[in-house]
Amino acid sequence: MSEFDWIVPVILTVITAATPLVFAGIGELVTEKSGVLNLGVEGMMVVGAVAAFVTATLTQNYFLAVAVAALAGAFMAFLFGILTLSLMANQVATGLALTLFGVGLSALIGQDFVGTPVDAIAKLDIPVLTDLPVIGPILFGQDPLVYLSLVMVAGVSWFLYRTKAGLVLRAVGDSHDAAHSIGYSVIGIRYLAVMFGGAMSGIGGAYLSLAYTPMWAENMTAGRGWIALALIVFATWKPGLVLVGAYMFGGITILQLHAQAAGLDLPSQILSMLPYLATVIVLVLISKDESRIRKHAPACIGKIFHPAA
Amino acid sequence: MKFKPLVSLAGAVAVVGSLLAAGTASAEDKVGFVYVGPVGDHGWTYRHDIGRQAVQNALGDKVKTTFVESVKEGPDSERVIRQMAAQGHKIIFTTSFGFMNPTLKVAKQFPNVKFEHATGYKRSKNVSTYSGRFYEGRYVIGKIAGKMTKSNVIGYVGSFPIPEVVRGINAVALAAKSVNPNIQIKVAWVNTWYDPGKEGDAAKALIDQGADIILQHTDSPAPLQVAESRGVWAVGQASDMHHFAPKAQLTAIIDNWDKYYVERTKAALDGSWKSGDTWAGLKSGMVELSKYNEAIPADVVKLAEETRKGIIDGSIKPFAGPFNKQDGTEAVAAGKELDDGALLGMDWYVEGVQGKLPK
Repeated sequence: MSEFDWIVPVILTVITAATPLVFAGIGELVTEKSGVLNLGVEGMMVVGAVAAFVTATLTQNYFLAVAVAALAGAFMAFLFGILTLSLMANQVATGLALTLFGVGLSALIGQDFVGTPVDAIAKLDIPVLTDLPVIGPILFGQDPLVYLSLVMVAGVSWFLYRTKAGLVLRAVGDSHDAAHSIGYSVIGIRYLAVMFGGAMSGIGGAYLSLAYTPMWAENMTAGRGWIALALIVFATWKPGLVLVGAYMFGGITILQLHAQAAGLDLPSQILSMLPYLATVIVLVLISKDESRIRKHAPACIGKIFHPAA
Repeated sequence: MKFKPLVSLAGAVAVVGSLLAAGTASAEDKVGFVYVGPVGDHGWTYRHDIGRQAVQNALGDKVKTTFVESVKEGPDSERVIRQMAAQGHKIIFTTSFGFMNPTLKVAKQFPNVKFEHATGYKRSKNVSTYSGRFYEGRYVIGKIAGKMTKSNVIGYVGSFPIPEVVRGINAVALAAKSVNPNIQIKVAWVNTWYDPGKEGDAAKALIDQGADIILQHTDSPAPLQVAESRGVWAVGQASDMHHFAPKAQLTAIIDNWDKYYVERTKAALDGSWKSGDTWAGLKSGMVELSKYNEAIPADVVKLAEETRKGIIDGSIKPFAGPFNKQDGTEAVAAGKELDDGALLGMDWYVEGVQGKLPK
């Protein structure tokens, strides 16, 4: 097995790099499917990160920490909902403001916690199974959030395409007037979708501050919210492709670092560019069929709903 | 890509917002600071903000210090600097390499405001430059690293391949090679100053490739934290980071701007300020080393201290010959040393560094 010794640590690192993107991406996908564009993912993530970190430091209870992160993200999304859904503010501007607000708020909350490390969230350890060579640590040795992220992708996919509630949500995103005219509460459904997106972003942030780099540092999301947003577009709003995109992005990011450390003769700037480039190209190729894009893209995205109209 | 313009728009909005907040003027003389990262990065920007606080403490109610943090290098920074100058700041410290041209541009329009640009090389009548000779600290660290490594591989997390960073890598390589001829330096560039996740990933990649000492020229403590959890050594960057890696941190390079900031601010206020260039190291205290890890054997501590004192009294020059470039050709002959000009433009690796330097 010595030949493949390097593969396991690489895959483990890829998983940690991809998981925050999976959470934020899958949450925002549901938000967008309901016809709302919330550009505040970065802000909700960073608030989730600080909320989880502070809770974990004070209580040592990681389950509670993740729950608080989800609530904090959902609360941020709720604020966004009030402004854009009830008060009908512009979604793009409000989303940007939410990110700025989140970065500032998290810095304020986290002020006294800079420089206090916490233990990383515990990884699964099943006797025998986790000790299996190669597949043991990969399949049975992750932290609970990694499994949760995969469950969420499967769950969201099932919900959107296999349940009536999911159909209603997509209907609201595709034609809010039609959904309204047959009696669905467009605003109510959008509130739920937006808050689900916030909660997932919050958990993605919690993953950063509890598992990826178990610490609090201002602005530690470093643009991952924006990457998640872009992933959704390139994945043409399909849950499975968001997962593929996140793992590709994470995977190439890690591989290019390994390539550099191994002394590969390629300019590091090009290597740094690779994750973006390759992810976009692959996702565009997978979903280049225009009719399929139209089928999956929510038609009402970003449009304000006036019930009277 | 889709999110790029949004990010810069967000930055612009942030800038306007923070300036409005900072805009409540009073009678004191105002001293401004422009930071590239958040003050809570616990590294580079954090130390500059400690320097700002030193100015505030030393001059009390004679001055009012203001700062804008997380300013993107480029056009955004020009807006921030101009706004500060327009608000009547007497002296403005711009603390990142990428603020160089914006600083000069604004300085031209505000000849009465004094500007201090960190780590740059362009000056004018009212723009001074200053930086630390961090490579002196890194040379000491190289000696320790060369002695402490068991795998003979030192991992180096790099930010951008600019002379400042390359110089640090070379200083480490020369020092480490002088005590351990088999040493290899592996470099992973992350092309950012601050992204804890990516910096940590780079450290993991380097450790997976055999490094048992992690050095960094990026601003977050994430690489140290990875070193701690993987059971290898690391060195703190810009500030003492031992909270993040109590077992792993061998020592840390500390940037100490306090004295310089206080002196320059006083000079700007009493009219004695003159444009110039300051490049100070261990001797002046602008570069310091934190407490050595207790796990370092006494003879290695002794070697490190001798090196540090030698640099201070001038008997040791990190870039004194003879040594070779990466390809084995002679870089500096015996008895000669590189001058500051060559150091400031350094764009080549010395022998022992692996991989190709990106240009």
